[in-house]
Amino acid sequence: MIEQISFYVFAGLLIFAASMVITMRNPVHSALFLVMAFFNAAALWLLLEAEFLAITLVLVYVGAVMVLFLFVIMMLDIDVARLRDGFARYLPIAAVVAVIMAIEMILVVGPEHFGLAQFAEPARHASDYSNTKELGNLLYTVYLYPFEIAAAILLVAIVAAIALTMRRRDGTRHQKIEEQIAVKAPDRVRVVKMASESNEAGE
Amino acid sequence: MIPLSNYLIVAAILFSLSIAGIFINRKNIIILLMSIELMLLAVNLNFIAFSHYLGDSAGQVFVFFILTVAAAEAAIGLAILIVLFRKRHSINVDDVSDMKG
Repeated sequence: MIEQISFYVFAGLLIFAASMVITMRNPVHSALFLVMAFFNAAALWLLLEAEFLAITLVLVYVGAVMVLFLFVIMMLDIDVARLRDGFARYLPIAAVVAVIMAIEMILVVGPEHFGLAQFAEPARHASDYSNTKELGNLLYTVYLYPFEIAAAILLVAIVAAIALTMRRRDGTRHQKIEEQIAVKAPDRVRVVKMASESNEAGE
Repeated sequence: MIPLSNYLIVAAILFSLSIAGIFINRKNIIILLMSIELMLLAVNLNFIAFSHYLGDSAGQVFVFFILTVAAAEAAIGLAILIVLFRKRHSINVDDVSDMKG
């Protein structure tokens, strides 16, 4: 009973938050509703006993990706009114497409094909079951190579993001390491040959 | 007892909503990126629901990889957005039509 109530509450809030994301006028509000959507999705994942991924969703998405979104939105000075042109114009066709798609998908995945009769609810795991341990066992054995590729993808993303956004401003002072290394003694020290001066003149 | 179809229906509605979001916010790249995140969330919900009801953890491993790729995609997408804004002082999709023949 408590499971059903929490499922419907979290699913309802998830869909409410998602619809606010796409209709809000201010992008900051959209981003904050997206955070709410992620929290509710994480709660649904907890109901499905995917504890590790639920916490990962909150930490990675809410903690990193959405903060990045908010940074970018607040850094850019956006003219919201111009971006809203065509909102009303495209609303009817968007509603038609979305409703038709939703109805079609619900007809496919509805209760007569994926109900409890076809897919009985599995028994809950024991309280000492560790989802993290099970995922770790899979990731570091069967899925080791994909795991390493995922690491490489993240590295490429870091390099790409830095390479895209880094720029050299005029007038900033920075070291030129290659010139510092290539420097030779004659570039820095000038040896001057001169006759030694006598002390007599001063005395 | 929550049937599998409930989760699938929630994911289907979420996916349709994000499609609608792409239609109605087609000028605003930031909201487009957020709609794509919502779509990925819907797909992940499907993966995890099937993983639970079929008793196969492979679905959760897939979600793990999808999360990785989605984070990379968001980072690069926002980097491109910043470069675009520096050049155009606008993120309107209509202002980015240089390649149009």
